Amino acid sequence: MKLKTIIFLSIFLLANISGIAQKYFTRTAEVIFFSEAPTENIEAENRQVTCILNTENGEIAFSIQMKGFHFEKALMEEHFNENYVESHKFPKSTFKGKVVDFDKIDIINAGTHKVSVVGEILLHGVAKKIKADGEIRIDGDKIMLTSKFDLRIEDYKIDIPKAVINKIAESIEVSLSATLTEYKK
Amino acid sequence: MRVIILLCLMLLSVQVVYGQDDLLDLLAEEEAPITDYAYATFKASRVINGQSVELTSKNELSFVIQHRFGKINEGFYGLFGHDQSTIRFGFEYGLFNWLNIGVGRSSFKKTFDGHIKMKIARQQTGATNFPVTIGLFSSMAVTTLKVDETEPPAYFSSRLFFTHQILIARKFGNAVSVQLSPSYVHRNLVETVEDQNDVYALGFAGRVKLTSRMSINAEYFYQFPGYNKSVTFDAVALGIDIETGGHVFQIMMTNSKGMIDPYFIADTNGDISKGEIYLGFNISRVFSFSKRED
Repeated sequence: MKLKTIIFLSIFLLANISGIAQKYFTRTAEVIFFSEAPTENIEAENRQVTCILNTENGEIAFSIQMKGFHFEKALMEEHFNENYVESHKFPKSTFKGKVVDFDKIDIINAGTHKVSVVGEILLHGVAKKIKADGEIRIDGDKIMLTSKFDLRIEDYKIDIPKAVINKIAESIEVSLSATLTEYKK
Repeated sequence: MRVIILLCLMLLSVQVVYGQDDLLDLLAEEEAPITDYAYATFKASRVINGQSVELTSKNELSFVIQHRFGKINEGFYGLFGHDQSTIRFGFEYGLFNWLNIGVGRSSFKKTFDGHIKMKIARQQTGATNFPVTIGLFSSMAVTTLKVDETEPPAYFSSRLFFTHQILIARKFGNAVSVQLSPSYVHRNLVETVEDQNDVYALGFAGRVKLTSRMSINAEYFYQFPGYNKSVTFDAVALGIDIETGGHVFQIMMTNSKGMIDPYFIADTNGDISKGEIYLGFNISRVFSFSKRED
């Protein structure tokens, strides 16, 4: 009886330890967007981005403070927040998805892996499924993520007036990079 | 034994619940609190006639054209003021995001003016809180009208005007902004012996956004009584702001012909009850001198 209890408890504890979801996290991921248009190129950078990766199942999520985008010109920043992404109504943009075939990636040993991620982006109150290619680099206790993909402005109901149509690209290039470390509760 | 199994099952079920924890919820919990500054309390550096708390940003230059037609009570003969006009050209430059300098020239009384404007506090919520945006504004103006050399003697100092204002504004939600502007105007030379050199006034201003690019603005400068014995009125203005890309158009009706502070605060001569109202507009355009960092 006593032995059985001990065995059972150890099995339970073991199961429990392996059952703890391993998560990697950062508060300072970086998102840059770039718009290339005939009369003007616009670039903005945001470091108020959190990212979490669950290495148990490859689930990944990003959360972006829209007011954290900084532009070269102050007026661009004001128009971006006030007129285009309407940060007062939609303060955050999020992404939640999954790394495809994550179980095939060796996350113990150092190395770089090409991956693709599928999931749902929420921007300007509009949810849309996207697929993006990127890289996962394992380096010691850090996991580095990078990705580059395009978003079409009209998909997210962002209204661009005719007067500035030559200044803002229809398709915006988004680059993101994140260095994740182990998440401790 | 049963007790233990039960206990284990309970613990396991807790574990399962924990495992299902949504990643986005987790991110929301972990997000560092940010300070959310109120932006674009007003669209332009002026609410209508008076200064707003808004500044031109660092390394940016605003070019402002202000125009007032004649009195609309001239009727059709003068096409409701179309035949008269006064104009002011001005430049405002951002030395820092919190400090602007500006110069301008009005055709009204052939006046040159210069100003300094700064932002000393910003409305913010979140990690830190402050309820209002506070600005300070000081200007000096010099009229270059030719005067009769004999009386009074035309000292240069007699041509000077000074204005100091505290601008206190709050943005409520996204659409409504209000501003209080305690103001002090000093004229080195006044028209009559009963007029005081100093005039004190309190400006009230507000705007309501109709769309993301358009707002209705209103403004009223209350003159505290006893300082001005010559007939002047409190300056009143009602206008619309329209924003297009880098321009802001402001179209307004006001009883003040002068477009700089000493004139509209202390020397407004339009009697609204007689229809002495001027139609006018301001256009401001921003030019950026920021250098790309790459």
